[in-house]
Amino acid sequence: MGAQPLMRIENLVKHFHVRLGAFGERSATVHALDDVNFDILEGETLSLVGESGCGKSTTGFTLLNLHRATEGKVIYQGRNIVELDEKAMRPYRRQLQIVFQDPYSTLNPRMTIGEAVGEPILFHKLATKAELPEKISTLLADVGLPPRFASRYPHELSGGQRQRVAIARALACQPKFIVCDEAISALDVSVQAQIINLLLDLQQKYGLTYLFIAHDLAVVRHISDRVGVMYLGRLAELATREDLFEHPLHPYTKALLSAVPEADPAHERSRKRQILQGDVPSPLSPPSGCRFHTRCPIAMDVCSKIVPDWREARPGHMVACHAVTEGLPG
Amino acid sequence: MMMANGMRPHPVTNTGERLLDVKGLTIEIDTRRGPATVVDGIDLHVDHGETLGIVGESGCGKSLTMLSLMRLLPNKIKVTKGEANFAGRDLQKMSNADLRKVRGGEVGFIFQDPMTSLNPVMRIGQQLAEPLIYHRGMTKAQARKRAGELLRLVGIPGPEERLDAYPHELSGGMRQRVMIAIGLACNPQLLIADEPTTALDVTIQAQIVDLVKELRDKLGMSVVWITHDLALIAGLVDRINVLYAGTVVEDAPVDALFANPSHPYTQGLLASIPKLTDERSARLSSIGGTPPEPGRRPKGCPFAPRCPLVEQICHDRVPSLKGIGQAGAHRVACFVAQRKLEAASWAPNR
Repeated sequence: MGAQPLMRIENLVKHFHVRLGAFGERSATVHALDDVNFDILEGETLSLVGESGCGKSTTGFTLLNLHRATEGKVIYQGRNIVELDEKAMRPYRRQLQIVFQDPYSTLNPRMTIGEAVGEPILFHKLATKAELPEKISTLLADVGLPPRFASRYPHELSGGQRQRVAIARALACQPKFIVCDEAISALDVSVQAQIINLLLDLQQKYGLTYLFIAHDLAVVRHISDRVGVMYLGRLAELATREDLFEHPLHPYTKALLSAVPEADPAHERSRKRQILQGDVPSPLSPPSGCRFHTRCPIAMDVCSKIVPDWREARPGHMVACHAVTEGLPG
Repeated sequence: MMMANGMRPHPVTNTGERLLDVKGLTIEIDTRRGPATVVDGIDLHVDHGETLGIVGESGCGKSLTMLSLMRLLPNKIKVTKGEANFAGRDLQKMSNADLRKVRGGEVGFIFQDPMTSLNPVMRIGQQLAEPLIYHRGMTKAQARKRAGELLRLVGIPGPEERLDAYPHELSGGMRQRVMIAIGLACNPQLLIADEPTTALDVTIQAQIVDLVKELRDKLGMSVVWITHDLALIAGLVDRINVLYAGTVVEDAPVDALFANPSHPYTQGLLASIPKLTDERSARLSSIGGTPPEPGRRPKGCPFAPRCPLVEQICHDRVPSLKGIGQAGAHRVACFVAQRKLEAASWAPNR
């Protein structure tokens, strides 16, 4: 891969301290992210997948410095941005944007669409007040909305239209990098396809880099260059889209892929799913060693004792699994 | 006849007899602008032992239709026309007392969100026992024993201990299993599952689909599975009804629907699911626009404003479901599709 890393994530750790018990008398640590390492390449779409609570959204938040990292580095343009304070962070904020899942709660109901899209433009002084209406029309056109929408309020819009506005708002800052945090998950299938197409078009037009956080593997397969699989706060596997879907190495990835339904009745009836038993353990007290060992079909003795290294199993194909690195079938 | 495990034996195969038969059901919602139609003269049926998938996007009326049968609609939403026969009785004309016996007894429900459907301050065991005491006249001790059996049936480990747990002590997948156990408590003839896996992760979703499949085969009940995800139910259902803006636009056996989707909306839905075999960045085909809002339904075919094949007749008249293919098992409500298929079936003979 010839592309340069846009962002380099090194040993990123995020712990949340919570108080438990009816009176908050006990304290505990949620191990949301532990020792996460990866690069995001310029112009690519990197997806993070995994079950709820696996830390994929926390990763997105932490590398935009919206959550303070507990340890580790996020190197962007030569700076470790997670140690910057709010003021020093501001120039980077413009370049690093995020689109959230729920287009109903992310827009201020009392602001018109024009005001919502115009706000970041004025804040970052990207245009004068006189140029603003023109700028807003262009942005709305970019996301496929007619200019008259500028005077409407969020409640007049459908979910898909609101998500277009949220994207326009992120684009208003002329970003380099957008975290799409389950940005299409709340939408209906037919509308979801419209937004996926829009995201791909915008990427080409503006050379954007996406970190795409999602749980729908068919969608992820469709739009990603590379895919990372997370389990309970750690990366289990990261590879190109082809490698990950055609030659998954980690047993968790295999189980995840086998759970995805396909639009083919004969295939669905006959397929043998490899169904994972049980639920994801609590991140309050993650299992020792490999965090997946409690549900892993090929777990060995070593798995409950030693955390597997994050290693390159094939060129560009990273995995953290003892069975794989020992060359056992898996 | 009761079997040793308390389960009634059911015919496992589809006998072709109607268990549920809904005709011309119309549901209206009171708005400030007056009544607006959300479900427009819907016809649907479920046979004994059959699993029906109802597919549609948000707001198409798929949940309202099923809720209306059990008189579970909110105040401002009312059934204005139509009948619904369940096992030979009209549910619409039944007294509230009689309907209460059907609801939760002969018809079980599983709702989408197990966190809001379970009572947070009641132990799981009590919630399971409630329908058994009410519908089956069991004593508390009998109901508790049966509740434990039900939890075992839905694959909850340590069922007896779990009876004393509160909903918040269970994970999302476990809560949904409890919901399924409650739905099955009285050996229903019909289980209505309203998007039961939407809030769950893909691995848990697969567990729940397999569980319902297994229980259906074991208990021989009919199932209606409401969803927006065509792929999810591909391996589960016998027949699919595709809903759009409160009408059934296509009704077909599951294989026929996937092999030969005939309504342009069904075609659009199937095409907008990313395939695992697609090239990256290939454009997904999408359906432009959004479904009509209640009260702003077009005069003709409700899909006409978004339809790629639209003709003048579609704006003027509402198409009705007509059989295509053999035995009329595959039905579609689309003027263009009906004409194409007629032409195809005539051509070889003339």
